[in-house]
Amino acid sequence: MLILTCPNCGVTGEETEFHAGGEAHLKRFGPGSSDGEFETYLFMRENPKGVHFERWRHVYGCGKWFHAARCTTTLEVFGTYSAQVTEPPKEIRDTISEKRPGWTWRDFA
Amino acid sequence: MSNAISALNGATWAEGIAAVTEAPMQGMITLRGPLSDAKLKKAATTVAGVDMPGAGQAHVADDRGLCWMSPDELLVLCPYDDVAANTETMQSHLGDLHSLCVDVSDARAVFDLSGPHAREVLAKLVPVDMAPDQFTPGMFRRTRMAQVPAAFWMHDSDTIRIVCFRSQAQYVFDLLTTAAQPGSAVQIF
Repeated sequence: MLILTCPNCGVTGEETEFHAGGEAHLKRFGPGSSDGEFETYLFMRENPKGVHFERWRHVYGCGKWFHAARCTTTLEVFGTYSAQVTEPPKEIRDTISEKRPGWTWRDFA
Repeated sequence: MSNAISALNGATWAEGIAAVTEAPMQGMITLRGPLSDAKLKKAATTVAGVDMPGAGQAHVADDRGLCWMSPDELLVLCPYDDVAANTETMQSHLGDLHSLCVDVSDARAVFDLSGPHAREVLAKLVPVDMAPDQFTPGMFRRTRMAQVPAAFWMHDSDTIRIVCFRSQAQYVFDLLTTAAQPGSAVQIF
């Protein structure tokens, strides 16, 4: 079971108090984009074994969205951070590099 | 005006290891906006008569108080009959601040869970560490109680006050009485 800490209200709870919101840091391609870009945006998702970035919502608590970096095999949570960013902050990436040297996820490493 | 009664009309149950009592109608005002703003603080503290609570805290005295719901939301508790007047007072303090101040008293039900095993009974229902040194008086926690949202705080040393949605009052009452069945003490705390 995942133990997440909501960065908005500071509460540490287990995953049933939260709701998963899918992959993090998607870049939207809407009207005017090519069919290829739109298809990638709409359907193509990471399915990594190891480091993964997701959006979560503290649905039974403060109701706010946030980002979480975690490991899909061990359920270790590397950290949670603000929803209002387009890429993982440096501290989170450093923490992951320490624990999973050589990790990559999409364009991040 | 019609006579307002609470969801379960003050149902009580005291045959188990903790007593469950539905509290009478409690005035509740949701206040959303920037919590650090002076106008908002003034509006909240004036009608509640207590200081601003910090994150995850509740300051409650009898039926007045302030509960920290989220980084931009407070729950203002006041006597049920004073809600309309208090909402107006708050709105006059808020002025043109981008905020929201709404009477939600009739959307909620309030329960008191009391007795020496109250923590234990609640610990069976919520994913929260209810150990006396972890969940202390003054803390306020919104969470999940079995299948429904709920919020609670220690009203006094062995009474926990629980707030849930009015439409789920019977469910919450049944949950609490089931978890407090005679002989079901775990003796963990």
